[in-house]
Amino acid sequence: MNKERQSEYAIEMLHITKRFPGIIANDDITLQLRHGEIHALLGENGAGKSTLMSVLFGLYQAEEGTIKKDGKEVQINDPNDANALGIGMVHQHFKLVECFTVLDNIILGDEPVGKAGILKKAEARKKILALSEKYGLQVDPDAVISDITVGMQQRTEILKMLYRDNEILIFDEPTAVLTPQEIEELMQIMRNLAAEGKSILFISHKLAEIMAVADRCTVLRKGKYIGTVETKNTTMEELSAMMVGRNVNFHVDKEPAHPGDVVLDVQHMTVASKVHNNNAVKDVSFQVRRGEIVCIAGIDGNGQTELVYGLTGLEPLVGGKILMDGKDITHASIRKRSVAGMSHIPEDRHKHGLVLDYSLEYNMILQTYFESRFTDRIGFLRRKNIREYSDKLIEQYDVRSGQGSVTPARSMSGGNQQKAIIAREIDKQPEMLVAVQPTRGLDVGAIEYIHKQLVAQRDAGKAVLLISLELDEVMDVPDRILVMYEGEIVGELDPKKTTQEELGLYMAGAKRDEVKKA
Amino acid sequence: MRKVLKNQAVQTFAASILCILAGLLIGYIVLLFINPQGAGESILNIIKNFFTWSRPQSQLKQFGNTLAKTMPLIMCSLSILFAYKVGLFNIGTAGQYVAGACASLYAALAWNWGWLPCMLLAMIAASALGAITGILKAYCNVNEVISGIMLNWIALYTANTILSNVKETASPYTLYLNKENPASMLPTLGLEKLFNGNTNVTLAVPVAIIAAILVWVILSKTRFGYELKATGNNKNAAKYAGMAQNRNIILTLMISGALAGLGASLLYQTGYMRWECTQSSVPAMGFNGIAAAFLGGLHPIGAVFSSFFIQHITDGGQYVNTNFYSSQISDVISSVIIYLCGFVLFIKLTMNRVITRREDKKGAKQ
Repeated sequence: MNKERQSEYAIEMLHITKRFPGIIANDDITLQLRHGEIHALLGENGAGKSTLMSVLFGLYQAEEGTIKKDGKEVQINDPNDANALGIGMVHQHFKLVECFTVLDNIILGDEPVGKAGILKKAEARKKILALSEKYGLQVDPDAVISDITVGMQQRTEILKMLYRDNEILIFDEPTAVLTPQEIEELMQIMRNLAAEGKSILFISHKLAEIMAVADRCTVLRKGKYIGTVETKNTTMEELSAMMVGRNVNFHVDKEPAHPGDVVLDVQHMTVASKVHNNNAVKDVSFQVRRGEIVCIAGIDGNGQTELVYGLTGLEPLVGGKILMDGKDITHASIRKRSVAGMSHIPEDRHKHGLVLDYSLEYNMILQTYFESRFTDRIGFLRRKNIREYSDKLIEQYDVRSGQGSVTPARSMSGGNQQKAIIAREIDKQPEMLVAVQPTRGLDVGAIEYIHKQLVAQRDAGKAVLLISLELDEVMDVPDRILVMYEGEIVGELDPKKTTQEELGLYMAGAKRDEVKKA
Repeated sequence: MRKVLKNQAVQTFAASILCILAGLLIGYIVLLFINPQGAGESILNIIKNFFTWSRPQSQLKQFGNTLAKTMPLIMCSLSILFAYKVGLFNIGTAGQYVAGACASLYAALAWNWGWLPCMLLAMIAASALGAITGILKAYCNVNEVISGIMLNWIALYTANTILSNVKETASPYTLYLNKENPASMLPTLGLEKLFNGNTNVTLAVPVAIIAAILVWVILSKTRFGYELKATGNNKNAAKYAGMAQNRNIILTLMISGALAGLGASLLYQTGYMRWECTQSSVPAMGFNGIAAAFLGGLHPIGAVFSSFFIQHITDGGQYVNTNFYSSQISDVISSVIIYLCGFVLFIKLTMNRVITRREDKKGAKQ
């Protein structure tokens, strides 16, 4: 094991630059992982962490920069190369075969095969049990994946890497799905692994965990390398500041809000997770009033998506109540909520927001096609009215497309697709506008436009609920901020009084208030 | 030129023609392989079908027979494509067709119903069968292909059992409609005069064509069609827009079934075919509907022409020279052609890929 080491570093990624059309995902990033250390990689969504890991795994080829293993330059063209170099990864969403046993999952892809293709499972079992003993990874090799806890599933993933004798272990947000006890266990496992000489790369945006387990931490922001620090010489505040930065790119002009009656009243809402067997939204209560923009901030995957699904009726609630204008809509259908005055700008415009193979005009009426202005009594579409309405929206909201109303939605640019959705949802004259990451992936001009529209809705006396991952947006657009962390609302902040650093601490779970339950 | 190639209708048409040519070519190769002597003549006869007859009178009469069998095929392909627009692959069309045949024949022979009630009963029975698949799909998430295939067999043997009550004692075939209950036969509307007295050409022809136009109108002009196509294109967006998915799935399969049932009625109530109560395979009509639907570019009007072509080829198979080939060869050849007809979507996809790749290359150079 203790062979002569040519280099201090197990793996080095030097000056990596990776460009995509219109965006530099990684701009001159350097990451050096020492032998036997736990190295955290910290950054917001879109900071470039995933791209960097994809480069390391050979899923992408960097335009510039080099990768070195033990000081020697290597070429990683595909994941097989990465495997051969001893690089293994535990993905955030496990890649396990649900109906296989732990043992079968561990050997999958690297099966010990004897004569005539017969599996030598006894041998594999011996190796797995030895590994599990050595690193304190308790698993039952014969349990079926779908029957075991998330924590044990994760240990299975870790054993998968160890079984393949990987030296460099990458953990992609490993604690997102674990209970506090399981997190504590995982940290101990990581320390054991590092003590045995494995090098660990720990991707996270939870500051407390980074401080607890990592030796060093590299911070990325908006595709750029910010710095690498020793965790024993830094504080959570400093890390938070490095992660979010202090840049104010734009500002939204708006008058002070004049909140009126409560429009949306969410009481003790609980929504199940689609990915794991637990609740993604846990006992959340909040209100949105007429004439105010409330923003739910938080790092991706903390239950915001499920909260919106529960609110708009895409998923049923496990518990709790939703009132709109005083009426109970907890069990109302999507259509009923929509007709009652709820508009929904969805998170994923391709998945939910548009029928891409439909023309622009057909997409413009997606929420209203059944109304008498678009459908006559027999059930025929009033094509003339549809065209006129669509032309009007295109003009009013400046939606640009190749052929106007008849343009296939698929051929439009992302910004204009989003504008079309916003035109449709706002023109419905909603009482309650739910806007989920409305500016995701858009350029500055479009972002500014959309923010103006949201403020205009507020000023027109509508209730606006904005769900956002972008810190600038969270700071600038809303009148109140609710921070969501692990399915709960952990803080209510006033954007005029708080700072990005404080917000960052809440979002990373390093700080929380007892928010009064409505 | 590239713009023309990117046009959907042009692409579909070109892909369909390519499929037909490929099918004929492979059919020809098969014939060559078995016996090179008669291959050329035989493949030509398949293409010529009724033109193989020398007298114009006979040609017309045979043309009428092909037409009579084209109508149920049109209905089956409409049934397939209607469900397909909602993203459902209704393989159960074949069984729904059987249910329609059973209902119309039994009502005609056992209860002496007139042609219209028989036709309506066929549609109701087939649509009920479609509803079973629909309900299973909507509420229990049972794959429509699986339940459709199993229902096909259930429908077949149920039909055999029921129709055994109205069959000839000496043969496995159902009784002759024209002898037992002429009122149950579809009116010819004088169409037989156009086809040299071929009474197999009936009301079925205008009914099938009107059905195709109706399906086209429903799909492209109505709220219902708007919902169906939205669901087929993007299930999530349809849900987001509050469309009643379960209701639409069930309704779609019921309509799809009714179309297939009507198809069966349009064939069996001409008296051209009788049901064989000992048959142990589901009639191919429903399955050929799949090929016809794809060959027609999944367009209701396209289905009219593609159905005619497929029936034309199938009938043409009987003119293969039996001195050189066994009589089953005709089925092999027409099946090969029909099989390749299903490749239209694949060819379209390939064409699109080639076009975009060329554009990308051009774009990269600029």
